[in-house]
Amino acid sequence: MFYIYCPYCGEHREEEEFHPKGQAHIERPKEPEACSDEEWGDYLFFRDNPRGVHHELWVHAVGCRKFFNVTRHTVTYEILETYKMGEQPSITADSQNQVAAASRQEGVRA
Amino acid sequence: MSNAATFDTRTDSAIPVEPPLAYSYRRSGAPAAGPESRVILRERALLGHLVLRGGAIVLDEAVREVLGLNLPGEPQGLVQDERGERSIQWLSPDEWLVIVPGGEEFELETRLRERLGDAHYAISDVSGGQTLLELSGEAARELLMKTVIYDVHPSHFPVGRGVTTVFAKATTILRRPSEERWELVVRRSFADYCYRWLLDAGEEYAIGVVR
Ligand SMILES: [Zn+2]
Repeated sequence: MFYIYCPYCGEHREEEEFHPKGQAHIERPKEPEACSDEEWGDYLFFRDNPRGVHHELWVHAVGCRKFFNVTRHTVTYEILETYKMGEQPSITADSQNQVAAASRQEGVRA
Repeated sequence: MSNAATFDTRTDSAIPVEPPLAYSYRRSGAPAAGPESRVILRERALLGHLVLRGGAIVLDEAVREVLGLNLPGEPQGLVQDERGERSIQWLSPDEWLVIVPGGEEFELETRLRERLGDAHYAISDVSGGQTLLELSGEAARELLMKTVIYDVHPSHFPVGRGVTTVFAKATTILRRPSEERWELVVRRSFADYCYRWLLDAGEEYAIGVVR
């Protein structure tokens, strides 16, 4: 069971109040007419399925009914952060890799 | 004044009006409240419910002028007048629920529209779509603890708070207008289900219904 922080309600709420809505930060092509079939197909049908840090769109369905973003680890299920629509994540796969690399460095020195 | 088409949903004709729970009383009965009742249930039927949408600053000015109440700007805020008859509740960053005595809603909507003019906003009269159930008694919180998923402990749910949450798998608005009272705003179509749930869950507290 998740306990999810809604950035609009400003508090943690039970998972039962939320619905996941798939991958976050998907942008509709500005000019669909100018897209190749492959570009349009990618936009419509193809989603990332990473092993590790993933950004998802969720909605506080029983609550404020706002959409927001969740950075979640797909292996541990841990929610690393939630943030409002239009904002960018502060935790990404790259930033997590840098942290991991830095701690390995620490290990070498110690 | 905006050019939105509005009309008073209350008719002048003498049509018999029944509260949303009328059917439930007939079908499921209404246990009388007695000295052993640790929970009292009472429907506050046919009140005026308006949903306001728009920017907080614009709405706040209008609401203060027309209704004499401050728009709660903080999440989960619930503000009411001195007698507890009129209230405004935060529902989302751009949405508030106003509840007033039945019959006041159309005049209030009209006056708000006059005041708001061409501002970007929406007002919906949802009076017919929902009803308010009031719980009181020393076991009211205990009953809620086995019914809603939200933490209703006083340290987490002080007076003046209201949330939209899950009530026995249905959606409900739960509010705490005073120390001894809790309010549930439920969908009219779910009112019978919620009523029967409350009777069942309240049986161990000898729940009594005031009609
Ligand atoms: Zn929320």
